[in-house]
Amino acid sequence: MSILVYAETWDGKFKKPSFEAMTYAFELAKTANDTVTAVVIGPASEDELKRAGEYGCSKVLHANDSKFVSFCPSAYTAVLADCATSENAKTIVFSQTYSGKSVAPRLAAKLKAGLVSGAISLPSSSEPFVVRKKCFSGKGFTDVQVSSDIKIIAVFPNAHHIAANSVSVTIQTINPAIADALFNTKVNEVKKTSGKIVLTEAEIVVSAGRGMKGPENWGMIEELADALGAATACSKPVADMGWRPHHEHVGQTGITISPNLYIAIGISGAIQHLAGISSSKVIVAINSDKEAPFFKIADYGIVGDAFQIVPKLTEAVKQLKSSH
Amino acid sequence: MKFLVCISHVPDTTTRITFTPDGKAFNTAGVQFIINPYDEMALTRALELKETLGGTVTIINVGPLATEPTLRKALAIGADEAIRINAEPTDALFVAEEIAVIAKNEKFDIVFGGRESIDYNGAQVMGMIAEFMEIPSVVIATKLDVVGTTATLEREIDGGKEIVSVNLPFVVSAQKDFAEPRIPNMRGIMSARIKSLKVVEPTNTLKPTSSVAFQTPPPKSECKMISPEHPEELIQLLHTEAKII
Ligand SMILES: Cc1cc2nc3c(=O)[nH]c(=O)nc-3n(C[C@H](O)[C@H](O)[C@H](O)COP(=O)(O)OP(=O)(O)OC[C@H]3O[C@@H](n4cnc5c(N)ncnc54)[C@H](O)[C@@H]3O)c2cc1C
Ligand SMILES: Nc1ncnc2c1ncn2[C@@H]1O[C@H](COP(=O)(O)O)[C@@H](O)[C@H]1O
Repeated sequence: MSILVYAETWDGKFKKPSFEAMTYAFELAKTANDTVTAVVIGPASEDELKRAGEYGCSKVLHANDSKFVSFCPSAYTAVLADCATSENAKTIVFSQTYSGKSVAPRLAAKLKAGLVSGAISLPSSSEPFVVRKKCFSGKGFTDVQVSSDIKIIAVFPNAHHIAANSVSVTIQTINPAIADALFNTKVNEVKKTSGKIVLTEAEIVVSAGRGMKGPENWGMIEELADALGAATACSKPVADMGWRPHHEHVGQTGITISPNLYIAIGISGAIQHLAGISSSKVIVAINSDKEAPFFKIADYGIVGDAFQIVPKLTEAVKQLKSSH
Repeated sequence: MKFLVCISHVPDTTTRITFTPDGKAFNTAGVQFIINPYDEMALTRALELKETLGGTVTIINVGPLATEPTLRKALAIGADEAIRINAEPTDALFVAEEIAVIAKNEKFDIVFGGRESIDYNGAQVMGMIAEFMEIPSVVIATKLDVVGTTATLEREIDGGKEIVSVNLPFVVSAQKDFAEPRIPNMRGIMSARIKSLKVVEPTNTLKPTSSVAFQTPPPKSECKMISPEHPEELIQLLHTEAKII
C-alpha cells in the first residue's frame, strides 16, 4: 500500500505546488507507516524525476508516452486510476491547481472516492477521516469527513509548507493502456502569460488599485514586486480600464489567491476584492484614506500617499536583501 | 441543440457568514440566496448559443424546495424549463451522479455549470458529471464557441490560458469573461411563473463526504499602523516579526 501523489510538471519541471503535495503526502504517510509514490504524466528528465525523492517520494511512476505531452483530463484520470489500482493506494493527494481541479473530481467519480478539495491541513483524525478546508470564500472553515475506502485530498496552494525529506527513490516508466477515445480534448494552443512568477503560486503579491491614478504609474509597483520576488495583481476597475491585463485581476470575479504576503496599494478594500485575497497569511494596506475598509482586515497599514511610500519600500527591501 | 445548465443556490456574496451555535451547520436565518454567480455566466452563454444555434435551455438543481425561487429567477433570465432533484446537496459526488443520469438519458449536448459554488468552493461537481457521463470536460473556461459538432474553448491554466477543442457532448464550467450576466426583464419575470419546473426524486445513494463541523476564522488582531514617514519600518517588521521576507 502507498499514498499516491499527482506531481504536476510544467515545461518538464515540477511545479511548486507539487512539492507542497509531496510534503503533505509524506507527512501523512509517516503517521500511517506508508510510503509515497508520485505519478508524473508527460515529459520530464530523469534528473528532475529524482527530485521527488528529496521530498519524500520513494517511487515515481512516469507515464512518458508522447500521447501525454498535451493535457487531457479524461486520459490523465485513467492513468491515475490505473496507478491507484496497481499501487493499491487508499489516499491520493493533489494540489488544488487548475490541473488539479480538472483531474481530481474526475478521478473521484471514477474511483467512487470522496474528495476534499482545497484542504488546508493534514487530517485531524484518520478514523474517522476528517480534513479541514476553507468555505464561503475564506469566510469560514469546515471539517469534511470522508467515508469512502479511497480518499482524495486536493491541497490548497500555499497552505502546506514544503520540507526536504530525502528518501531513496526508484523511477519506473509506465505505459498504461489508455483507450484512444479518452484522448478527447485537443490542445490547440498554450498562451503563457510571460515568464514571470505565476500569480496563483506566488508567495508574495504586490497589488495596486485605482489609487495609482493611471497605468503610467505602475513602474514603481513593478519595482517593488521585483525587489520582493513577488507577482503583481490589481483590482477589477484597473483591469476593466485596461491599465493592467485581466489575468492580474483578483477578487470575487477574478482569481482567488492566498499568498503568504499580500500588499494592497491604493485599493479601497471592497468586499468583492477581499473575497479573492482574504485568506492571505499577512496583509499590508497602503492607502491615503485612513477610513479605507482595507485597514479592517490588514495586519499592517500605512496611511499615506503611495507615490511617496512605495519607492521608499523598494529601497528598504533592497537594503534588507543586500545586508543578508 | 439541448443545453443543460447546473444551477446552485448560494448565499449572496455580501452575506455575513455565521454558523449554528453547535458549529454543525451554516446559519441560514435572514440570508438572501442567489444563483451562484458563475452559474449565471454559464446560463447566459447557453442562452446566447441557443439564440444563434437554436434549441432549448434546461436548468437543473439538486436541492430542497427552498431553492425554487432561485430557479424561477433563472427561468426569468430566459431558461425554458427547470428540473429540481429533491434532495439536500450535501455531497458533490451525489449531486454529480444525480445530474449525470438525467443529462445522459435525455441526451444533452452541452452540460454547463460554474467553476465553483461560492459556498463550499468545491470545484468538484462539473468534472464528476463528465466522468460519470464518460465525456470530455473543460473546466474554468473563459470562452466557448460551437461550430457544428465541435466546440472551441479558452480555459485558464496556472500561468496562462489554453485553447482547446472538444466534440459534443461535453461538460464546461464557467469562469469570469465567459459571458456578461443578463438582467431579467418584466416579460421574463411574468413568463417564468408559468414555465415548467419538474421535481424528481433522487435515485442514487453514494455520499462519501459530509461536512461535520464549521468554524469562522478567529477575529483578526488590530492592524498595526506604521508612520508614513518611516515606511522602512514595515519592511523590518515583515522581516523580524511576521518573518515572511
Ligand atoms: C458583482 C461585483 C463583482 C466585483 N468583483 C470585483 C473583483 O473581483 N475584484 C475587485 O477588485 N473588485 C470587484 N468589484 C468592484 C469593487 O466593488 C470595487 O469597486 C473595486 O474593488 C474598487 O477598486 P479600487 O479599490 O482599485 O478603487 P477605488 O474604490 O476607487 O479605491 C481607490 C483607493 O485608492 C486610495 N488612494 C487614492 N489615491 C491614493 C494615493 N495617492 N495613495 C494611496 N492610496 C490612494 C483611495 O483612498 C481609495 O481607497 C466587484 C463589484 C461588483 C458589484
Ligand atoms: N446542488 C447543485 N445543483 C445543481 N448544480 C450544482 C449543485 N452544486 C453544484 N452545482 C454545479 O457545479 C458547479 C461547481 O460546484 P461545486 O463543485 O460545488 O463547487 C456549480 O457552479 C454548479 O454549476
